[in-house]
Amino acid sequence: MEEGQFIGIVGLSGAGKSTILKCIHRTYLASEGHIYYQSAAFGQIDLTQASEREILYLRKKELGYVSQFLNVMPRTTAREHVMNALLETGVSGEDAKSRSEEMLTYFRLPENLWDIYPNTFSGGERLRLNLAHTMVKQPRLMLLDEPTASLDNKTKLLVKDMLVKLKSQGTSMIGIFHDLEFMDGLCDRVFNISEGVIT
Amino acid sequence: MNLKEQPILSVRNLTVRYGEGCPRCQESLEKNRCPHCGSVWAANNLSLDVFPGEVLGIVGESGSGKSTLMQSLYFDLIPTQGAAYLQMYKNGRQSIWEASAAEKRQIKNTMMGMVYQNPIRGLRMDYSAASNIAEKIIAAGSRNAGQMTQRAKELLQAVEILTSRMSEAPKNFSGGMQQRVQISKALANNPSLLLLDEVTTGLDLSVQARVLDLIRKIKAKYGISILLVSHDLAVIRMLADRTIVMLDGKIIESGLTDQILEDPQHAYTQQLVHSLL
Repeated sequence: MEEGQFIGIVGLSGAGKSTILKCIHRTYLASEGHIYYQSAAFGQIDLTQASEREILYLRKKELGYVSQFLNVMPRTTAREHVMNALLETGVSGEDAKSRSEEMLTYFRLPENLWDIYPNTFSGGERLRLNLAHTMVKQPRLMLLDEPTASLDNKTKLLVKDMLVKLKSQGTSMIGIFHDLEFMDGLCDRVFNISEGVIT
Repeated sequence: MNLKEQPILSVRNLTVRYGEGCPRCQESLEKNRCPHCGSVWAANNLSLDVFPGEVLGIVGESGSGKSTLMQSLYFDLIPTQGAAYLQMYKNGRQSIWEASAAEKRQIKNTMMGMVYQNPIRGLRMDYSAASNIAEKIIAAGSRNAGQMTQRAKELLQAVEILTSRMSEAPKNFSGGMQQRVQISKALANNPSLLLLDEVTTGLDLSVQARVLDLIRKIKAKYGISILLVSHDLAVIRMLADRTIVMLDGKIIESGLTDQILEDPQHAYTQQLVHSLL
């Protein structure tokens, strides 16, 4: 994968699509093989062999992971959730606040939701919050794990529009999608996976 | 996060054995007990590192050696062998277990804070909440009553205990409040390392949530390193950056917390994760 590219992965459920993303993110440990990533901080690094500390650093600074599911600390508002992504990298409170608000606006999350706990959000609102939380760190590589599953068409188009914008800004992305129509015009390359093998 | 930073705490080959031990112990241990000599290996050759600003979670069933590790670090029991290097003590060049009695007191009072599962172990129940904190500040060498009162006030406010109740004794407080007083006492002298041993066990859910939120805030505000023992995987998931799994006195697995919970490698961890989630 070249820098700035968008790679799409398609395949049936159970084909191994998410496993690839989770191995890159090191939520899963690869049994064999290597994943070489060109890091801004470390140069070329094998994500299957990197130390836990290196992976934690990359997750904070360079890797983003977005799924359709909400992964928010309990009793944390939407605004705090996005801010936390910055605060944990050492950004100051004021700066984190203004950048988070910019992101929430960019992903069109209504302002009246910013100070609410996101477990009451709809699927589309959750996804937009997830995207804001991940993108506020400006990751170099973004992993999208079926982010559009369970979204209505109008919201899907909104998300697609945002992904096109992110791509034009140079973010590299690997995404898993179910509907091919969505990927049209978005992906530079598409891989079809069946039973754990690229076909 | 600076990857060149040295660990704030390095434990090497910690062993705590009850009994004399025999040459056949290591190859024939049943769980953590030797069938030949009856010795119990509560901690068996443990090594781990805690880095600045991180939360290291330790999970495992009762009797796996979690509290033995914590109590060894806080000098509550004497290890059979091993070394623990604390960055603040002689720049990590000498094990804290080789320190003199006076140095150990200094380490306990100024470099580390401990919160026990049972507040009776960490607090003087008949003294006021403020006196409990003052005791810790005095132990670190301060004698200024005004400063002590001011500091106690700040600390109790930080753990959301009303100033109007600071002269009351913790025995009159609820379990959750006692735990919060213990946390403020542990923080009294700005330690670099906080040891939390099952701090939310036995509290009801809403009180647990409050204590966990408090720990999260403390981590964010003070950037303190935390060694967090819990058998509750939800607590570990919420707070720990990395996690160690213990069984029968040994470390059987360690990794990033989400990896331990989603892709556990050891059969015991798999069983643990599947039975609790």
